Amino acid sequence: MSDRRPTTERGRIRIVGFDDADSSQRDSDGSPERTDAGPQSPTGATGATGAAEPVETELEGTERHRLADAWHRFRRNRAAMVGLAVIVVMAVLAVFARPIEVSTAEYTIAIQPVSLVPHDPHQPAVGPANAPPSLEHPFGTDWAGRDQFARVLVGGRYTLGIGLVAVLLALCVGIPLGAIAGYFGGWVDEVVMRIVDVLYAFPFLVLAIAIVPILEPIPVLGEGFWTVVVALVVTGWIGYARLLRGEILSVREREYVTAASALGVPDRTIIRRHVVPNAVAPVVVQATLNVGTVVLAAAALGFLGLGLEPGSAEWGAMLSRGRDSLAQGHWHITAFPGLAIFLFVLAINLVGDGINDALDPHRDVSDDRRRMR
Amino acid sequence: MALLEVEDLTVQFYTDDGVVRAVDGINYEIRRGEALGLVGESGAGKSVASLALLDLIRAPGEIVGGEIRLDGRNLLECSTDELRGIRGDEIAMVFQDADAALNPVYTVGEQIAEAIRVHEDVSDRAARDRAIDLLERVGIPEPAARYTDYPHEFSGGMQQRAVIAMALSCDPDLLVCDEPTTGLDVTVQAGILELLEDLARESDTAIQLVTHDLGIVAELCDRVLVQYAGEIVERAPVEDLYYDPKHPYTVGLLASIPRLGDDRERLPTVPGTVPSLVDPPTGCRFHPRCPYAEDACARRSPPLVEADTETPAAETAPDAHLAACLEYTGDLEDGLDYEVQVRDEPPADRSDRDRGGETR
Amino acid sequence: MSLGRYVLTRLLVAVPVLLGVTVLTFSFLHALPGDPVDAIIGYQSVSPETEASIRAEYHLDRPVWEQYLLWLRDALTLEFGRSPVTGRSVAATIGRRLPATLALGGAAWLLALAIGIPAGIVAAVKRGEPADELSRVAALAGIATPNFWLGLVLLLVFSVRLGWFRVIPPDAPLASLAMAKFMLLPTVTLGTASAALVTRLLRSSMLRELEAGYVRTARAKGLRERTVILKHVLRNSLLPVVTVAGLQLAFLVDGAVVVEQIFSWPGMGRLMVQSILQRNYPVIQAAVLVIGVSIVLVNLLVDIVYAVLDPRIRY
Repeated sequence: MSDRRPTTERGRIRIVGFDDADSSQRDSDGSPERTDAGPQSPTGATGATGAAEPVETELEGTERHRLADAWHRFRRNRAAMVGLAVIVVMAVLAVFARPIEVSTAEYTIAIQPVSLVPHDPHQPAVGPANAPPSLEHPFGTDWAGRDQFARVLVGGRYTLGIGLVAVLLALCVGIPLGAIAGYFGGWVDEVVMRIVDVLYAFPFLVLAIAIVPILEPIPVLGEGFWTVVVALVVTGWIGYARLLRGEILSVREREYVTAASALGVPDRTIIRRHVVPNAVAPVVVQATLNVGTVVLAAAALGFLGLGLEPGSAEWGAMLSRGRDSLAQGHWHITAFPGLAIFLFVLAINLVGDGINDALDPHRDVSDDRRRMR
Repeated sequence: MALLEVEDLTVQFYTDDGVVRAVDGINYEIRRGEALGLVGESGAGKSVASLALLDLIRAPGEIVGGEIRLDGRNLLECSTDELRGIRGDEIAMVFQDADAALNPVYTVGEQIAEAIRVHEDVSDRAARDRAIDLLERVGIPEPAARYTDYPHEFSGGMQQRAVIAMALSCDPDLLVCDEPTTGLDVTVQAGILELLEDLARESDTAIQLVTHDLGIVAELCDRVLVQYAGEIVERAPVEDLYYDPKHPYTVGLLASIPRLGDDRERLPTVPGTVPSLVDPPTGCRFHPRCPYAEDACARRSPPLVEADTETPAAETAPDAHLAACLEYTGDLEDGLDYEVQVRDEPPADRSDRDRGGETR
Repeated sequence: MSLGRYVLTRLLVAVPVLLGVTVLTFSFLHALPGDPVDAIIGYQSVSPETEASIRAEYHLDRPVWEQYLLWLRDALTLEFGRSPVTGRSVAATIGRRLPATLALGGAAWLLALAIGIPAGIVAAVKRGEPADELSRVAALAGIATPNFWLGLVLLLVFSVRLGWFRVIPPDAPLASLAMAKFMLLPTVTLGTASAALVTRLLRSSMLRELEAGYVRTARAKGLRERTVILKHVLRNSLLPVVTVAGLQLAFLVDGAVVVEQIFSWPGMGRLMVQSILQRNYPVIQAAVLVIGVSIVLVNLLVDIVYAVLDPRIRY
């Protein structure tokens, strides 16, 4: 029991004794309660060291730590894992559906000899025209009697190839331009951003329609694959440039960059050490989601008969005669290539959302503007 | 009967790490016209306890037990519509961070008038006039002109005044102020406090002031509750609390207030941080941070009792001085070893008498 | 700064962008392989005299910068020359096709808002509940469905199998009941993806706004939850939806190019696809210009509307 009497005087108060009673003294009294308390008592202490740790670790270390965390979160996201599985399966099927051969004038080398389907996707009349699905032709045949199953599987090569190449090239253009614009500002920024604004004024397909006749006669770009890729890159890079510039502007405002700058750290180092790690997450997310957009756009071009050679086993191009076959009642010709696009784009979106949540768990909102461009 | 009686209120939050009992069975009452302070560090559950009064706890939080009686009516048994009628009309709230508390796309005046229209059957015109009167009452110059201003056109202090005007719009019986001056400049803080003081003095509105700042409580409140880790650890009339703190945590809080003319080299702080409420410490929740902790503290949870008589909290008068420390149930061997020095105007006159039961 | 000054500065920023759009469109004919005259003449064989007169008509005998200025002057007066395929005025053709696309795009946009806004609100308010899960799955499916495929499937089911709609547009004025009925399927096809985007965008911005302090204030005032959501939260949440209106327009134009093809809709998209297959370059050039300028102007309008909706924006 306390025998302290309440003070009756009024005035400034001051506590004496509280800080003197250091906890270590109490411990030396032989009280074991510190160890008794076990998991609870160090809460304060571990909290403090836990916060201090990242400060002391090397930048590379925290980066790796963050990636491991992100991967752990991603793996727990069932929808994203399903999406990833779908993409992997589609990629494997596309690669191993038919052998891949490189031919020169003299001889032909098979890079990939496995053949999962018996029919050549370009071989006409392997069966009756417009045959409905059967054991021999699981997805039926098209108007020329070509095997739809082989065409859908091999068509994945176009889709995955265009999606991957177009997005990578767009990143190669957009990231440096956005970084330069954001970091140096001034007239450089002004010029780059006005170009971005101008290109934003043209919807992708409209621009592609205008670009295709310009690119088509260039022999290197022949075949149409590269025509489509170039059209997609011309419209694709602006999204990354804008995003990266915005990220850099916001990072640049932060104090540590100002501090590094004041200490005479070279610009290159500042960008690499401070700006890039912060901007990477949104760029990765946007690039992933863009694969979906790009695939849809490429398929739309194929559907319109632009770019790729007519008769290519590209999913969009396979639908270009869909209107006629529908009128004749051949549902299977439209169903399978459409389903393939749908599945792939859905999977990419699931993965993109998953990456977004994994890299930036606090900003759970994915910015859906990304999906439009 | 007291205006507000809170009995055994318990609020839980369901988080990824586990269930957090942010408020763990607290009891208190507020009498009509009284100003009650609720103090503690951030994370002690003060704001949650206040939001619970209006049943404004949203998922993932939930009030899991207890009663909140306003004039004898248990709010937790009210229908949604009855509760809506009470919110803003009988119990109003002033929030921390007025900038966020105001909707950026509506004018300040409209947001005040809206609060009037929702509870009273008045014309738009009348609501507008009353809103302008309220703006004037809380000390906003040219209230008629400022009525049509948007929140971002107000300074921080003005915004807080506008939020107070909104809370006062229907003459509430109880005004809950959650850290009303946090984040404001010191001079602006003083203005807001003065406004609240006038309110506390002149109107018969009761105030529950939630803060981590003991200085504000001293200026404004009649009685004080000290909350730690979801529990109330001390309750006392304001002067008793300051001049004769009973709980080591309160002592720690008081010791960490910087003062003019302080001759100590460094200010003591309460060591450590508020414990995780997912897995609160056994026994007395303060014991891991308490310089006076003994073996018993980790094992036994101290009841809230009247410090001098050991009377259990439920049987005491509202003005009794209660504390939850084993010291007051006679279970502490070494006692509490601190003293309160009162320095009167000639600072030389130092009273040096309260040496607690350090030797036994 | 006043709203007027703000509008003026936005206008000034739009001028260089508009110039850039015209320069890019102008360069189109010159970037084509071969002589621009061939691009204008198309597949016709013409006498050297006619060729010379075309050269003069399109100012191709002048230096490039002069050509640009003269072309710009012509474009400002909506003088786009004649179509080498039909011989008709390009401006008149576009004038005929534009309303059809505006009607289709407008209807699709309204549909997208009519579905997307309620769905976004419900998803955000019922976060984590079945209604939210359903709307998220539906929105994701809407984004992943290629519009040309959706159009074909709708056409197969409702026009070919069930026979509820015509397969090609009726021979009726645009503002007629028969046309309105026909427009239903193309509108749904075009609007689905936009509706999905609006749903997701509104859901995420609403979830962000629901955390804001003013929501708690509004509840503490005693407002109905309905009022809190529809008056306080929705208006703030719609701001990001407004900012993407320009992107939405570009997205709808892209969709229209495909959807008009499927439903034989006589709009700008079909005109461009036809023209590209016929190598009808003057028409393409004019169409690209009209679309580019429209999008710049819509973006300008969006900036102004945004400033009106959000009182904090005044530069």
